[in-house]
Amino acid sequence: MPKSSSTPKSPLRLLWLLPVALIAVGGIGVAMMMRPPPADLDLSLTRATEHGLFVGTLEPGASPIPVGTIQTWTVAVTTPDGQPVEHAAISIDGGMPQHGHGLPTEPRVTEELGGGRYKVEGMKFNMPGWWTITLEVSGAAGTDSATFNLTL
Amino acid sequence: MRFALAAGAVALAAAVAGWSWLDPGMPGWSLTETKLIASLSLSTLPPLPPDPSNAVGDDPAAAALGRALFFDTRLSGNGKVACATCHLPDRQFQDGAPLATGMGRTNRRTMPIAGTAYGPWLFWDGRKDSQWSQALGPLESAVEHGADRTQIARIIAANYAMDYEAVFGGLPELSGLPEHASPLGSDAAEAQWAALDEQHRDEINRVFANVGKAIAAFERTIEPRPTRFDAYADALAAGRDTTGLLTAAELEGLRLFIGKGRCTNCHNGPLLTDQHFHNTGVPAVAGLPEDNGRRVAIAQVLADPFNCFGPYSDAGPADCAELRYMDRDGDDLVRAYKSPSLRGVTERAPYMHAGQFATLAAIVRHYNAAPAAPAGQSELTPLEMSEVELAALEAFLATLGEAGAQGIKP
Repeated sequence: MPKSSSTPKSPLRLLWLLPVALIAVGGIGVAMMMRPPPADLDLSLTRATEHGLFVGTLEPGASPIPVGTIQTWTVAVTTPDGQPVEHAAISIDGGMPQHGHGLPTEPRVTEELGGGRYKVEGMKFNMPGWWTITLEVSGAAGTDSATFNLTL
Repeated sequence: MRFALAAGAVALAAAVAGWSWLDPGMPGWSLTETKLIASLSLSTLPPLPPDPSNAVGDDPAAAALGRALFFDTRLSGNGKVACATCHLPDRQFQDGAPLATGMGRTNRRTMPIAGTAYGPWLFWDGRKDSQWSQALGPLESAVEHGADRTQIARIIAANYAMDYEAVFGGLPELSGLPEHASPLGSDAAEAQWAALDEQHRDEINRVFANVGKAIAAFERTIEPRPTRFDAYADALAAGRDTTGLLTAAELEGLRLFIGKGRCTNCHNGPLLTDQHFHNTGVPAVAGLPEDNGRRVAIAQVLADPFNCFGPYSDAGPADCAELRYMDRDGDDLVRAYKSPSLRGVTERAPYMHAGQFATLAAIVRHYNAAPAAPAGQSELTPLEMSEVELAALEAFLATLGEAGAQGIKP
């Protein structure tokens, strides 16, 4: 049998590793710097609020969601068993978890559309990437919030 | 052999982790990168949307009047300062000086004009929300044109009456009104303004606003021109041969621009700006007054009678969304300044809102080092780029040069 793997060899025999190692290091570097969002990100636009009081749905004004233009969205709120929640007080906020900044605007609910649906004006995203949107709903059942993920 | 196998496995795992989204059809760029590069091309810039606050924004007669006004030095306190004094047409409509000089010296760097019609906010701090409103600021600034709105209305009546009335309708009667009156002028001009009745003030304000709207109609025609980078991005997006369009160093710079350099965090879209405000730790300039950027501008744009909500705006109740939903609070507005377009940036030294950096080399070093901000919190974190990488990034930025393509003559 040949010598064991611990036997010293000519250093030249390991030279083939050099490009592989460079590719590996380069790959890790690119992966970190491009910082793609977590692979298991839940992109669902319908989510139960944190304590289960409501179910919220985001309806973006356009698909795909544009970067750089101000948009009007719709938010729908139901109870866990699917009944529309009307006359709720809703606030909406967001940001980029990997960049530590919020939305470039202050969106607001401007109209209750009926059937538990609410018009949200002033939505805007100023860069592509992973954004989160947090909806806070106050209704007869109490106050609860849900955070949604978007990738633009 | 065990070592070799282990190293090989690590390399393979790393390559898979790092490059798993590589598109085999596009050697060198992943699909994500290709899309990002394509999104920066000027060919993705949509047609210029109308400005609802300026009813004559796309009227060629208004643009012709605005063009004449842009170059007219009579619109100044000393007869020597026009818009074009600092916004030089053959220099991307800027002046190459750290601080602009009109009647006196300002505290800010002259900004270029191309593509500004696409942005919701004007000036480095966004204290104006339209091109026409922006044009009014320098006219009455004591260190820029040093004129006043009553004087300007008189100049229009004396020299541009026919062209003005063809676009805006009849001029008001100005006889009997003071030579100089403005709410923002000298003490004497302010006293004269205070003595005017509401109707006369409104009439003068309307002529003044219309001067801004004509200048804006001209400025809307000043658009960025395609660059070498755009040719590359378009070829890449279309799957055409890109050989020879950019050098190896420029391509490496592009890779850094969209990746490790994090430049596209703020310099994104076909104008290479997110049209928003960021604190990037740009140093304060000794001798200049305290400057907190966007933080201070919020109150200014809200109080401005020439904003989108105001009586001189042509916008309807459903317009003005940018102003209505403007981000008003937050410490991140302190010393935040607008991300400028990077189109033509190489030919536009010095850089930043008060010309703090003389060269692009100094800027990329600043971003690489990410020093603390003089006030507020810098958004930057160190990039740990090598000298070779910094040089590549600079080489890429030069591909955004327009080489004087947009120069116009008066």
